[in-house]
Amino acid sequence: MDILIYGTINSVALMLYALGFALVYGTSRLPNFAHGALYVLSGFIVWSALNTFGLNYFISIVLALVITAIIGAVIYRVFLIRVRGMEISEIIASYAIALAILEGLRWSGFKGMTYTLPPFIEGSTTIAGISVDYQRLLAVGIGAALVAFLWVFTHYTRIGLALQGMAQDERAALMLGIDSDFMAVVAMGLGSALAALAAVVLLPLGNIVVESGYNVLILAIAVCIVGGIGSWAGAVLAAFIIGFAQILTVVYLGSHFQMVVALLAIILTLILKPSGLFGQQKELEERV
Amino acid sequence: MNAATPQRRKERIDRGIKVRTEGIYALMSWRELAYLAVPRLVLIVGLLALPQVMPGMYWQRVVSIVCIYALLALSFDFLAHFVGLVSLGGAFFVGTGSYLTAILNTKLGLSPLVTIPAATLIGGALCTLMLLPCLPLRGVYFAIVTLMYPLFLARVIEALDILGGTDGIMGIDSFPSAWLEQYFVIIMLLLFLFAVRRLVNTDLGLVLRAVKDNDQAVRASGMDVTRYRALAVFVASAIGCLAGACLVHIYMWAGISTFALDFSVLPIAATVIGGSGTLVGPLLGCLILVPVSELLRDFGTLRIVFYSLILLAFIVLRSEGLMVYGQRKYHQIERWTKI
Repeated sequence: MDILIYGTINSVALMLYALGFALVYGTSRLPNFAHGALYVLSGFIVWSALNTFGLNYFISIVLALVITAIIGAVIYRVFLIRVRGMEISEIIASYAIALAILEGLRWSGFKGMTYTLPPFIEGSTTIAGISVDYQRLLAVGIGAALVAFLWVFTHYTRIGLALQGMAQDERAALMLGIDSDFMAVVAMGLGSALAALAAVVLLPLGNIVVESGYNVLILAIAVCIVGGIGSWAGAVLAAFIIGFAQILTVVYLGSHFQMVVALLAIILTLILKPSGLFGQQKELEERV
Repeated sequence: MNAATPQRRKERIDRGIKVRTEGIYALMSWRELAYLAVPRLVLIVGLLALPQVMPGMYWQRVVSIVCIYALLALSFDFLAHFVGLVSLGGAFFVGTGSYLTAILNTKLGLSPLVTIPAATLIGGALCTLMLLPCLPLRGVYFAIVTLMYPLFLARVIEALDILGGTDGIMGIDSFPSAWLEQYFVIIMLLLFLFAVRRLVNTDLGLVLRAVKDNDQAVRASGMDVTRYRALAVFVASAIGCLAGACLVHIYMWAGISTFALDFSVLPIAATVIGGSGTLVGPLLGCLILVPVSELLRDFGTLRIVFYSLILLAFIVLRSEGLMVYGQRKYHQIERWTKI
């Protein structure tokens, strides 16, 4: 039973990590290697707003979401737009940004175990005999709400549809009057805000550490690859597969192997079904 | 653009001597011969003389480190700009090479002159095998997987406490003589530099470049893209493992830090600064970056921030790099012409 509950919670956490990356990569084909860095950065923004400037918790969260979204949009508008379409440069540039952010944070003293965020609601409840704290339940709720929101957003709103159009055929979208650069800025901003949201929801469960920037990036990519790029259903399913696989390995093999699961999942997916579980779109383009 | 100012554009024309020195005509005069030979001689003699002009042991060691990073950068440049695979994990190659060397040396008691070639070949094969799943695919997969491996391997070694755990493997033999220690890496670097340069100009190199530019066309010609990529990855990872093997014998120690980010980031930065796709450029980049990074040693991880910012600035604003610029100045004359 606790495998079921903790597996679900872990899966939702993975899903939260991945949504922002999936949104950016799915729409503008931009592998945002700075995703994990933005995740950690927003955690530290909340922490600083809370402890250094003494703001209200809710206000600092909103502030972190907005600032991270702006940073993401600026990163795209200032740096990545110039290397758009050059795959090698895109990867290197976004990875360089990630390194600059993460190692900069590490250098400026944000390291160690001392940085924690308080949970939204203290306390815990018991489900089927297992005690689960409210923050974890809240994370599951927010995760579910977010997936629903993103689904509605990409299927029914103008901006969401424009993003989808860009994902399917950028040139055709341009001819229909969709400004692809502007849309990519929007996607990047939104993706960064999602990274920040994940950070805000999940960081109270542990410490803010710089290393988690790399882990979050890897897990997000793992979920996207296993699920298939451009498919929300695939991402959710992949998050659950990897999430439960991780919990099972922790229970039966030990927690050291937790991260190996993600690597194995990626490699198995690449061998067996390179387009991921649900990624029909662009299948032929990925394969050589 | 103001209509009143005369419209101008920059015209670039190959120097006459460049055209004359292509092919057999290079033998026409000493001037033509010098035009071809001087840049190469500057490189070879300069590298060989470098340890002699360095003051003290410390800076001689820095020369070795420059060469090790240059080998890595060479492997990155070859893979990224001649095969189209971006490897974000130079540390993966270094780590594999150095642990293999350490095991061969401490467990089997082989001398450095055996362990280094052995680790190069075995390590190359091992890395290729581990990267094989992502070779049939285009896109970002290779970059992602190479980014993940060093992080994972470091963590696995730490967690399972195998291969010496966090302490690393100690008691590795050094090179038989100080002279060999200094010059082995330099000679290897020169050897591989010219070998890779030659390789990319052979038929095989042509196919590899075709894989980068248009893999469908290569496949349509009945060639197995995955096989060619695997071959290229083998060459690149063998060079990376060689760098790792030399590193281990110089420091007489192999540990988790061989999987550190420096080995992944600095070569990329050096390649971008020095000039992507020139193969010599990465060496130039390393000659600039490594000493600077030695001077910045006190600042800890700020060094990585520094590389990344330089990298970002170069890739966004000056993506051609120093070497391409230099080659252009050497081979071509530029002048403004009216339109």
